Amino acid sequence: MPNIHDAMWEKLNLDLEAHAGLLEVLGKFYGDIYMSQQGRLKGMEYLDFVLSEVHGLRIKELQDAKASGKKVVGTFCVFVPEEIVLAAGGIQVGLCAGAEIGKGEAEKVLPRNTCALIKSFVGFKLAKLCPFIESCDLIVGETTCDGKKKAYEIFSEYSPVYVMEIPQMKNASDRQLWKSELLRFKSQVEETTGNKITADSLKDAIHLLNNRRRVLQRLNRLRAADPGPISGRDALLINQISFYDDPVRFTTKIGELCDELDERVKSGTGIAPEGTTRLMLSGCPMAVPNWKLPYVIESSGAIIVGEESCIGTRNTRDLVDEGGRTLDDMLDSIVDRYMRIDCACFTPNTERLDNIVNMALDLNVKGVIHYGLSFCQPYAMEAFKVEKALTGAGIPMLSIETDYSMEDVEQLKTRVEAFIEMTR
Amino acid sequence: MKSRSKDQTVAGIDIGSRSIELVVLNADGILRQLKTPTTFDPLGQCRRLMGELEGGRVIATGYGRKLFAESFGQMDVSTITEIQAYALGARFLHPEARTVLDIGGQDTKVISLSETGKVFKFEMNDRCAAGTGKFLEFMATALQVPLESFGEYALRSDRRIAISSMCTVFAESEATSLMARGERPENIAMGLHMAIVQRTIAMLRRVGVSAPVVFAGGVAHNPCVVRLLEEQLGQPVIVPGNPDMVGALGAAICGKNGF
Repeated sequence: MPNIHDAMWEKLNLDLEAHAGLLEVLGKFYGDIYMSQQGRLKGMEYLDFVLSEVHGLRIKELQDAKASGKKVVGTFCVFVPEEIVLAAGGIQVGLCAGAEIGKGEAEKVLPRNTCALIKSFVGFKLAKLCPFIESCDLIVGETTCDGKKKAYEIFSEYSPVYVMEIPQMKNASDRQLWKSELLRFKSQVEETTGNKITADSLKDAIHLLNNRRRVLQRLNRLRAADPGPISGRDALLINQISFYDDPVRFTTKIGELCDELDERVKSGTGIAPEGTTRLMLSGCPMAVPNWKLPYVIESSGAIIVGEESCIGTRNTRDLVDEGGRTLDDMLDSIVDRYMRIDCACFTPNTERLDNIVNMALDLNVKGVIHYGLSFCQPYAMEAFKVEKALTGAGIPMLSIETDYSMEDVEQLKTRVEAFIEMTR
Repeated sequence: MKSRSKDQTVAGIDIGSRSIELVVLNADGILRQLKTPTTFDPLGQCRRLMGELEGGRVIATGYGRKLFAESFGQMDVSTITEIQAYALGARFLHPEARTVLDIGGQDTKVISLSETGKVFKFEMNDRCAAGTGKFLEFMATALQVPLESFGEYALRSDRRIAISSMCTVFAESEATSLMARGERPENIAMGLHMAIVQRTIAMLRRVGVSAPVVFAGGVAHNPCVVRLLEEQLGQPVIVPGNPDMVGALGAAICGKNGF
């Protein structure tokens, strides 16, 4: 069926037929998992709209911005400092993908035992399915794990990729490395955008992105209520959309949604009855449309009240200090903020264990479900430590390893249901 | 409504990949227990099994639990997972049980119980059927031995050879090449049993093995698997009288007591 955006997609060199297939599957999947929910917030209509137009109107906005001289920077990791891109007048978008659709193409250039997230972004590129990738003037990779590191070498044969070196430890020398990487990135972004970053523009960018983090923190505080005022799926979707949407509009809209949540919490209205089993997710990020496990969990009679993940608290927990006056002060504040990220690519990474246990206790969850993508070694390794730390605090954990395919849904259901029974 | 607590029955039905079991309880204990193959018509088989059973609560478990609950909507049906069902069933039969192992047709479960009988950790095999009853069934067919006597057959081995592949397909080609080299089929059967037990032991160790261990599920009928498990664990394992009924029994117990 012809789409109003076909001409734009054709210009972006997408495979129109395959792309139409993707949108159809996505629409159906979204209908089953999201639109079927009862008692959703009115504010979610905005998210429904953004998602339905994620490859449409949002791409059109990016194209219009590009026509007016703005540049688009695509990223795959919460380590890439968006403050720099915004301060240079650019637009940053997340490129991580959560669908299996380009897997066949990806496996032509990647080993089969590569994690689904990597296969997915490579597959989307090779199968010509992602208008975001095709809108980018600069794509930024990073050296978090070996899989991504090597995948960017392959990806760079198809798109221009700039790679940031992420430290793997947190010593003084690592901070120095990160500072120099930040400065190198700043020069690159200034060159790409043609705009010099100033103390004023950086100050504004820091403030704007802190506000986006603040509104997501507020969402997390509000959803912690019992009865839960919003489903975990919806909260995850909000976090996912934060990577694509215009940050100013997003912050305003989610602020309004939080006001609505506030009302619900005050009146004790929930999307599930009070006392519903509260669980928390921890581990690998879930990119759109990877809603499989949240759906399995919430259709088994539990509610997810938090995500310890890059598409979750790892991205929103820490703010950049806003006290800096000079450009250099601010850059240092950015360095410090990003060095606090507790990604499993670090060694040691004990902060993550403390953060998980504290979050689980604060949220008063009955258990934690650790989600690892198959072949994601850093998170698979840490799962053992996380379980030990949680068990020590009296919180049971279920470790799930899966990918984007649907073939294990029934097995997952049995495990998740049994875990919920166990925590009762 | 007239109270009929004396004849009030509670049924547990376990719809597995290979077989369906039904246990009916009344106030005095087990009233009836039945078993039938799952076939390609699990619902038809359930209907036949349920037969003249009228009224009362039914608790469904096993991979077909949801299908059952949807199709028998006119009855008072609720569902629990196999994990909970096996834990309850094993604990009912052996109140001292601390570890429950269930090897069924398509999956293997290891459940660790607290002193009070609560599930506190469990493991299940991954999405493939390696190391489950299906593996043994496939291999028995390959060696042309009836499944029921496959364990006895393996125990007649005179030499232990390692079969390294856990994949059903690769293990068969390994068995074939051993046969071509003139290895006694009993020894090959033993090697296949050792492979399944090795995998099971690894799962048991992951949840931690507290004695006593109750071994349930269809594969618990196999004396070779029992012998090898006891050897490897260095302790006896308890096999209930009707090991394949434990899930259905647990479901029925759940209906009786709630949990």
